[in-house]
Amino acid sequence: MAEQRRFLSAAGVPIALRRRQHSASCRELAVRGPRLQLRSLSAVTSAVWLAAYGLFALSENSMVLSAAIFITLIGLIIYLHFVKIDQESLLVIGSLGIQVTSSYASGKESTTFIEMAQVKDVVINEAIHMQKVIYYLCILLQDPEDPQGVSEVVPLFQSSKPRLDCLIEVYKSCQEILEQRKTVPQSNEIK
Amino acid sequence: MSLQVTAMVLKVFFPSCCSSADSGILIGRWISEQNSAVVLAVVHFPFIPVQVKQYLGEVQRVTKVSVSVLGSWSNSKQEKEESLSEFLEDLGTIFCHEPWIQISKEGDSKFWSCSILQKHSKNPQEEEIILVYYDQRKVMLSHLHPPLDTAGQRAEDASKLSAIFDTVARSQVLFMTDRYDEGPIKLTHWQSDGVEASIIVELLKQASVPACMLLTFLLSLLSGICRSRVLKFWPLSFLWSKLSTCEQLGHRLQHLQVISSNKKAQNQNQLMRKANIFVSLLIDVALGILLMSWLYRKNRIGQLADTLIPVADHVAEELQDLLQWLMGAPAGLKMNRALDQVLGRFFLYHIHLWISYIHLLSPFIEMILWYVGLSACLGLTVALCILSDIVALLTFHIYCFYVYGARLYCLKIYGLSSLWRLFRGKKWNVLRQRVDSCSYDLDQLFIGTLLFTILLFLLPTTALYYLVFTLLRLLVVIVQGIIHLVVDLIDSLPLYSLILRLCRSYRLAAGVKFRVLEQQDGKPLRLLMQINPLSYGRVVQTYRLPTYSCYPRDSWASLCKKLFLGELIYPWKHKGDKQN
Repeated sequence: MAEQRRFLSAAGVPIALRRRQHSASCRELAVRGPRLQLRSLSAVTSAVWLAAYGLFALSENSMVLSAAIFITLIGLIIYLHFVKIDQESLLVIGSLGIQVTSSYASGKESTTFIEMAQVKDVVINEAIHMQKVIYYLCILLQDPEDPQGVSEVVPLFQSSKPRLDCLIEVYKSCQEILEQRKTVPQSNEIK
Repeated sequence: MSLQVTAMVLKVFFPSCCSSADSGILIGRWISEQNSAVVLAVVHFPFIPVQVKQYLGEVQRVTKVSVSVLGSWSNSKQEKEESLSEFLEDLGTIFCHEPWIQISKEGDSKFWSCSILQKHSKNPQEEEIILVYYDQRKVMLSHLHPPLDTAGQRAEDASKLSAIFDTVARSQVLFMTDRYDEGPIKLTHWQSDGVEASIIVELLKQASVPACMLLTFLLSLLSGICRSRVLKFWPLSFLWSKLSTCEQLGHRLQHLQVISSNKKAQNQNQLMRKANIFVSLLIDVALGILLMSWLYRKNRIGQLADTLIPVADHVAEELQDLLQWLMGAPAGLKMNRALDQVLGRFFLYHIHLWISYIHLLSPFIEMILWYVGLSACLGLTVALCILSDIVALLTFHIYCFYVYGARLYCLKIYGLSSLWRLFRGKKWNVLRQRVDSCSYDLDQLFIGTLLFTILLFLLPTTALYYLVFTLLRLLVVIVQGIIHLVVDLIDSLPLYSLILRLCRSYRLAAGVKFRVLEQQDGKPLRLLMQINPLSYGRVVQTYRLPTYSCYPRDSWASLCKKLFLGELIYPWKHKGDKQN
């Protein structure tokens, strides 16, 4: 079962949160940002080409024009493949782990899987980002030596930066599944 | 103590190649700490239970993996047969395994039904089952890399995934039985489609053993010659240590020794290192031969030799002009005439000597270059090192001037600092390593002050010469440094690992990723486990080959301090050189 709700990101950009429950212990939460707009793409391309044409008129060297085309193409490819993140999703599978995926505009997906034994907790934290204080969701990783300690903090949804209302939804969904694993060891002792 | 009826989750790792297998029993490994079952193969009917147990015992002995019968698998193409399901349950009593997993597939449906039989559990709980499909061949061949920062700590606390990878990798002997073998037991698991061997690959494999032995013998001869006493006499050993070509050749010799050793690689790291060295050598030699063929075509060597002498002449002329400028009023500064003339004439004479020496060599240059160019076939790195050495030899006079200027300046600075202390009535106490006050006699003070004044007013002249020659020397050092950086890059880049990451990315795994497949209510959760390959940056970091040189060992601050005090700087020292 899937449901979708609209929220705002920290910068005021509209984002969409999609929740899917695959089974009792498996949930997928995906935050989708806005797609690349045609008008901003055309604006940037026109600006670069106008500048190149101006340089060409000054210097009478046609290399400037080919260089501008080349730069635009390479810049667009780099932007789509390395910079523009379309969707960030979180797949929580109780007893296996948490998988964090970022999908780029060119279709590339970069995935990290964290095993459940390493996950201490999922919390909402505050941080100072540029001139704002924003909330962000993060996974706390267990320190193998110190049971109370935290070895690493993995921030989630870094590119879309949802606001607190969206984060609370995601937090509640994650905690429902994480709670299940805390009760399981007790039933082992009962046996 | 809360008695919550919670779902215990059981994970079944099922190989995707067995999805269309006929009915039978599942064999694999049960990992009780993680409540997961790794299915390795399906044994088909008919079989004799005793033989199956015997076979499993053998496999367990060889692979050290506790393989056992995990459950039953039924693939009914028609409707479900009642007798079959009872038969399968009865099997659970023969091969007693706790819990007994029953998976059944109807027709071509994607959604299988899984059930668990637990005989010895006191409180029956609803177990949720997760079915994870994995590609047996890829998991068997891949090598899991732990995260870099925690490599030491996590060694004992082996991650769960590595247990699964380990199980599949170590059970390789199980996968060797072919489905067409005539034996008491018929298995389905990943099959290799026959050894992909072309005749050439087989011949190469056969020929590699004697080739390795020959190479080892030749290398031992060569290293014996290198270590012989003849080459250890003072002028020769000094020369060998200064020429970077010899270092590079020694380095490559070491690499060849590593490749041609007869010991098989113990683990993944050694195998990758050998492969990386081999590919790196191959590419190096190929590029070197390419360079050689370009150089020797159209008599480029002759052209190079013809331009070498005029270039050396031109450099010498420029230096002479520079010195004439320094001897006049450089940049409007007024120099001390006498000292200026002495230093200027001294350096001019040196340049004159150098030019005569170069002219003496000029008839032989072309022949020397021709023979030296032949050594480019040993590799591009050797050619670049020769280039760096030629640059060093041609600018030897700049190095000499730098040393003279630096020594003079250094002497002056030390003299000045010591006489400055005398001027203030203090002295350096060598015993206590500190500055102490001291009472001087009048004549000591008089001579000290006189000398201090002389040195102080001669400082600008010496400082200017020092500055000019240091800048020239730094220029040469930078050029040599760039060449060495390129050589190091070629030496240490793990090309085989990068190509492997490009073409067979599942071999180098950073972890796994799961994809959720179509679900149906009431059926177990279906996931697909795929291998998450290492990023290129980590591949280079993990597998880069060690090099013999280390980068600027002085930080910027100490470099500036040395320059100011006039100490000689050698920023590109090699590892293993004694510290000054």
